[in-house]
Amino acid sequence: MQKLKIVALATALAASTLALAQPAEQFVPLLVYRTGQFAPLGIPWADGKQDYLKLINARDGGVNGVKLAYEECETAYDAAKGVECYERLKAKGTGASGFDPQSTGITFAVTDKAYADKVAIETPGYGLSQSVDGTVFQWNFPLLGTYWTAADVMLQDIAKKEKGSLKGKKIALVYHDSPYGKEPIPLLQKRAAADGFELALFPVTPPGVEQKSTWLQIRQQKPDYVLFWSAGVMTPAGIREAQASGYPRDKIYGIWWAGSEHDVKDIGAGATGYNTITLHNGAAKDKVQDDLRKFVYDKGQGTGDASSVGSLAHTRGMMIAMLQVEAIRAAQEKYGKGKTLSSEQVRWGFENLDLTADKLKALGFGEIMRPVKTSCANHMGTDWARIVQWDGAKWQIKSDWYQADKTHIDPLVKEFAAKYAKDKNVTPRAC
Amino acid sequence: MFYRENGQFKTNYRADVALFPIAQDRWAMLGLLAIAFVVVPGFASDYLFRAVLIPFLILALAAIGLNILVGYCGQISLGTGAFMAVGAYAAYNLNARIEGLPLLLSLIGGGLAATVCGVLFGIPSLRIRGLYLAVATLAAQFFVDWFTNRVKWVTNDSSSGSVSVNTLDMFGWRFDTPVQKYLLCLSLVAVFALLAKNLVRGAIGREWMAMRDMDVAASVIGIRPVHAKLTAFAVSSFIVGVAGALWGFVHLGSWEPAAFGIDKSFQLLFMVIIGGLGSIAGSFFGAAFIVLLPLLLNYLPHWLGLSLSTATAAQLEHMVFGALIVFFLIVEPHGLARLWSTARQKLRLWPFPY
Repeated sequence: MQKLKIVALATALAASTLALAQPAEQFVPLLVYRTGQFAPLGIPWADGKQDYLKLINARDGGVNGVKLAYEECETAYDAAKGVECYERLKAKGTGASGFDPQSTGITFAVTDKAYADKVAIETPGYGLSQSVDGTVFQWNFPLLGTYWTAADVMLQDIAKKEKGSLKGKKIALVYHDSPYGKEPIPLLQKRAAADGFELALFPVTPPGVEQKSTWLQIRQQKPDYVLFWSAGVMTPAGIREAQASGYPRDKIYGIWWAGSEHDVKDIGAGATGYNTITLHNGAAKDKVQDDLRKFVYDKGQGTGDASSVGSLAHTRGMMIAMLQVEAIRAAQEKYGKGKTLSSEQVRWGFENLDLTADKLKALGFGEIMRPVKTSCANHMGTDWARIVQWDGAKWQIKSDWYQADKTHIDPLVKEFAAKYAKDKNVTPRAC
Repeated sequence: MFYRENGQFKTNYRADVALFPIAQDRWAMLGLLAIAFVVVPGFASDYLFRAVLIPFLILALAAIGLNILVGYCGQISLGTGAFMAVGAYAAYNLNARIEGLPLLLSLIGGGLAATVCGVLFGIPSLRIRGLYLAVATLAAQFFVDWFTNRVKWVTNDSSSGSVSVNTLDMFGWRFDTPVQKYLLCLSLVAVFALLAKNLVRGAIGREWMAMRDMDVAASVIGIRPVHAKLTAFAVSSFIVGVAGALWGFVHLGSWEPAAFGIDKSFQLLFMVIIGGLGSIAGSFFGAAFIVLLPLLLNYLPHWLGLSLSTATAAQLEHMVFGALIVFFLIVEPHGLARLWSTARQKLRLWPFPY
């Protein structure tokens, strides 16, 4: 009997030390594309995401002492591969803390699955524009902006140049012929009807290497402005064609995925004047980059090349990882500081993000982005965007921060979300 | 040793032309089916179902369809992705526009739409052969890509051009869990594989093979080239269409035209070439090779404890995969199925090597 007691005690002790030896870890899945046709954008983006997680572990020892564990999975921007990655990583650790799929196609494919698996999907600046509606899209978070807000902000900037009215103007949309490129069309059509401008649509067959005929048509039709929804190789190809056909680059507005350094660097002066919208200060540097160099790169722990730190795509990657980490932090406020959380608990954090200017400053993002606050009904939070322009060597900030005008966007969100709810038999939550 | 036929005498024609004339094969097949239907659902994880088994089964089905056309009838097709897309979008439209249509009917409807499309694009095969035909089917691929992307009606006026399917149900059954979806795919694949196997063993299959081996001689002995070629296109497209509908409905759930692009066509063509042209089992081998091997290669560094960067691992995976394809085709140009049958042949006589 005595012996048994000792054995029992010993096992209990062993078990407890084991439990102590297991450090608390929160798992963050990293879906990335470092190969394939969009790799030039994907690599710095992926580096930025991973670097920020490393920084949090190195500088703060994790989130309230909970270290962040992470694993990358290569999607090559392919929906089927993305689904495989999602399935592989969703149950790791205490459950994945939310997915940034980095692709509209993968977002479509995992949206339904996330609903059943209870995992958050964060799509900052992309994904389904109607998923702003948190009553229907409980698990989707198109934080900071969608393609509808982007299109709206571009039109605002154009209106400013045109002394406040778009009436009688002709605006072309040159877009990647895929769901990603088609996403802004409903909003542009609504705005065209309301503001009295003419919208001309020019689909470009992916991957978009061949755009000669498109720009010849543009030359014939002479639109006043061109909105450019491109990706990957389509961006430099389009700008070169614009140059060849003599279309002024300062009349072109690219979406944020068409506005990285690598998109225009090789064209150099030929792309001077090309505008692109950005979710954050593409041109700004802040404390977070200094910290990253100090805590990660100087110790030889950096993910990528030190020269890419501070580039637009790298900063965006860090920002997306930061939102992820802050969602975890917010959820810990509710479910217990220093605890590991399930996927479902992290979702609450995404829904209750409140990044004030002071908080952002403390995080080292004060110069880079504007405050953002999400709620149960609004999963985008506060959308701020601004226009930057290429001066032949680097991006220059050209405008103040804009917010999209919600008069046309909100009804569209409601309409499309309602349609989705009907198609999918989703009962909207009360908020 | 373990694979002897002594004592297994055939006393009538039926037994002689049975699907599996050797008892060991018969039992092995039944065992395999029993494992797939009974054991796997009890043991496999969610990941295994959703990311490995379901895609494998659906692509194996598509490979069977393509194998009928390419392997048995010798008509090279680069438009498989297109016929999958036709199946998927037709099934989607039936499902979206007809309230309460059972899933099975949507799938079969998708198959029938693909059949019509396949026969239409098969007509040029009556006049042209080989590489020229491959180009004609390539046109099918590009036409369907364009069609699904540009014609609003196809995607039920979805603004973004992507479509998604809601609940899968038929006759009161709901397919929600991965296990149920897996069993649905497995049942369909089993049925179609059996149908295809019996078709190619029968008169029509012999017509196809005659067309493949020497079409002039075949028409001299009274095989109608029009009939043979178009039935091959029809049957093949039907199976591929059903596979496409399953790929959209069961595996992806929501998809955009890019899901059925030219890459899919090539992937399937590689499957039948590596698996073995003119072999039903080969379709399964090929699908396994193309679906599972990249995953294995992807996991291998993890298991060996190597820490490779994601990009390096991905590139390495491509290189090894390519090298393996070359290696297998050099070792056995007739594909994995031939390797398998050679092995069986050797086992029958083992330990006497001749």
